Amino acid sequence: MAETVQAIKLRRRIKPLAFIVVLLVIWHVAANHQSFHILPGPLAVAGGIAELAEHGLLLKYVVASLFRVIWGYVMAAVLAIPIGLAIGWYKRSEMALNPLIQIFRPISPLAWIPISILWFGVGDMAAIFLIFLASLLPLIVTAMNAVNGIPQVHINAGRNFGLNQRQLVYRVLFPAIAPQLIIGLRITLGIAWLVVVAAEMIAVNSGLGFLIVDARNAGNRYDLVVAGMVLIGVIGLMLDIGMRSLEKIESLRWGYSED
Amino acid sequence: MNSLRQPGKWEKYFWPVLAAGTFLALWYLSVKWSGTKIFPSPPEVGRAAVELVRKGLLFRYVLDSLRRVAVGYGGAAVLGIPIGLLLGWYPEWAFVVNPVIQMLRPISPIAWIPVAIVLFGVGDLAAIYLIFLAAFFPIVVAAINGVRNVPSMYRRAGRNFGLSPMQLITRVVFLAALPQIILGLRIALGVAWLVVVAAEMIAVDSGLGYLVIDSRNSGKRYDLVVAAMFLIGLTGLVLDAGFRRIETFRSVRWGFRNAS
Amino acid sequence: MATEAILTEVAPKLKSSLKTKLRAEGIDMVFTRDSNKIQVLQQIDLEVGEGEFVCLLGPSGCGKSTLLNVLAGFISPTAGQVRIDNEPVCGPDPRRIFVFQERGVFPWLTVEGNISFGLFRLLPEERNQRIARYVKLVGLQGFEKAYPQELSGGMKQRLEVARALAVNPDMLFLDEPFGALDSITRLVMRRELLRIWEAERKTIIFVTHDIDEAVQLADRVVVMSARPARIQGIVDIDIAHPRDISSSRYLKLRDGIFKQIGMAHKV
Repeated sequence: MAETVQAIKLRRRIKPLAFIVVLLVIWHVAANHQSFHILPGPLAVAGGIAELAEHGLLLKYVVASLFRVIWGYVMAAVLAIPIGLAIGWYKRSEMALNPLIQIFRPISPLAWIPISILWFGVGDMAAIFLIFLASLLPLIVTAMNAVNGIPQVHINAGRNFGLNQRQLVYRVLFPAIAPQLIIGLRITLGIAWLVVVAAEMIAVNSGLGFLIVDARNAGNRYDLVVAGMVLIGVIGLMLDIGMRSLEKIESLRWGYSED
Repeated sequence: MNSLRQPGKWEKYFWPVLAAGTFLALWYLSVKWSGTKIFPSPPEVGRAAVELVRKGLLFRYVLDSLRRVAVGYGGAAVLGIPIGLLLGWYPEWAFVVNPVIQMLRPISPIAWIPVAIVLFGVGDLAAIYLIFLAAFFPIVVAAINGVRNVPSMYRRAGRNFGLSPMQLITRVVFLAALPQIILGLRIALGVAWLVVVAAEMIAVDSGLGYLVIDSRNSGKRYDLVVAAMFLIGLTGLVLDAGFRRIETFRSVRWGFRNAS
Repeated sequence: MATEAILTEVAPKLKSSLKTKLRAEGIDMVFTRDSNKIQVLQQIDLEVGEGEFVCLLGPSGCGKSTLLNVLAGFISPTAGQVRIDNEPVCGPDPRRIFVFQERGVFPWLTVEGNISFGLFRLLPEERNQRIARYVKLVGLQGFEKAYPQELSGGMKQRLEVARALAVNPDMLFLDEPFGALDSITRLVMRRELLRIWEAERKTIIFVTHDIDEAVQLADRVVVMSARPARIQGIVDIDIAHPRDISSSRYLKLRDGIFKQIGMAHKV
């Protein structure tokens, strides 16, 4: 009896893996049968990754991309969170600034490329600026919504116990918004990661985005192109998982209903 | 939330106008003071927009971008909603497919561009494919979550009344999950709109994204660049506002806490 | 059985032995939504003595919670004034703590954290003493480090009462605090509340829609009409605690209120 339960559990674990393997096989077969022989199969991609590691480029490119993301993202967070909180707290400022925010929000960060090149020239700064821009508005909106979502009960209780404005902010506002803010931070990090790829394709000469563009331009190395894509996906996933672990902290867990 | 006095009705218009006016004034002044020859001031952008209208390009480019979005996004919705519904209904399937979804999701549609170009060449199809990719995942995930959040008592009531699984899905589950799905559709539309601009910057030769890149490349017309950016923002805003209108329809309003 | 005049007249007279703690005069409350004016409270006059336990009783939606919020200083009335200890009320104050339903506890703080929330002006030693005292008073020993999401509804309610009491307020305002609890827990909680009240002798104003609850707990029951709310009458509950809920006096008082609200006996 116990054995059967074990077997069932094992079977369950295997199914997703099996599905992935099936997809890989389909990919492999499709790649081998295509007429133009350009797109690589999974084996070629794996080979591409190995090649990058061999040349020491794997780590270098990954670090370059991460570096730009972290810089742009953190700068945006440091600016956006206080601004967003203030806008959410003071009703009139929200009335004033919300329309502007709503107009700027749909503008793809990529549309800022010409301007960022104009202001910063081609290079790291332009890429970081783009990531900063891409992260800024979503974080402001997140902070705004988090403040708006605080149940009035908590604010009333805070005032009831005689908290002054500053205490109200530190002892009620901050803890109350923390869970939602972290979710927003996680999602925005994902956005920043998407944008770094685009930013690098255009403005710099290192990093995973650059790898994709360069591998294609300098010799149609599509195995490296797809290798780059795979790496991007994997690292993006890891960033996401990392942020999710923040949500497990005890004093924050109240803000997350079952997953 | 903080000030005790309720803002008056007139303030709803006063403050945004004040903020927008201040923003435009600051922009105008900084252009004047820095003496830049390249970066446009608000009036220059306005004139550029008028120029686009006169040349008949404005509407054409907007429609081009919208068209690509419509096809790619429409395809993503038509495919994504049923797939999401099924995956949500049969959790076993979702469990199997989930890791793949989680791995593909962080790959920027922009990273797919070279592959798209290889598969479809430079042109509309590549852009549409990218938009499809970008919109597909949020829609599927929203549908899955929507189904998962349908209280089991709805399903039981449906079965109580003798519905088959297919009827259950279409007549009960789909409608109950609709608010969540609409939310996912709205988010996906936002993403699609971002991606179309990116796709047009690289892979095609019409549309607002193309306008942004082309204006710079052929003549450093930054006034056109900024005008295009504003158009992008405005169109995206109109799309989003339209969607929020849908959220106020009574048949789905129950699912949104504040149809804001 | 003659229907004695159960209700006093609307003029709220306190027993002469009691000092006035709270006096509300001519309270009107009109809300404007869109362009409709909704009168929620109409000419409320109320006097509450020190150490009294007063219940505001009325059907749901009649405005009693609004009145409580006005008395506690969270809302300004459209007309009229509230004075506590002869000072006009112009905002919330730690001397009169409002107890919401269980949703009022801070979910990001432990039991200890919640109770010590208002104690930031004290030295750590005194703070810990108070925490220990009120944890014991409400019966939450052993749960000091627990988070609200690990507690039951009744425990969360007790936590909120402990948090309120820890700052040693003069008055407590309770807004249907047991509404979200099952009826058995409610009976337990009523007993707990009375026990705490008798230990600490705060002035309590308690809002409820449950007639039995009002008669079980209060010294005086203020019966309010449906919206726009007026005070229909004030009933003196002159039974000593612990109250026997099958005694004839209890039943007579309760039935009087039933009749006043216009309810029949038979379902």
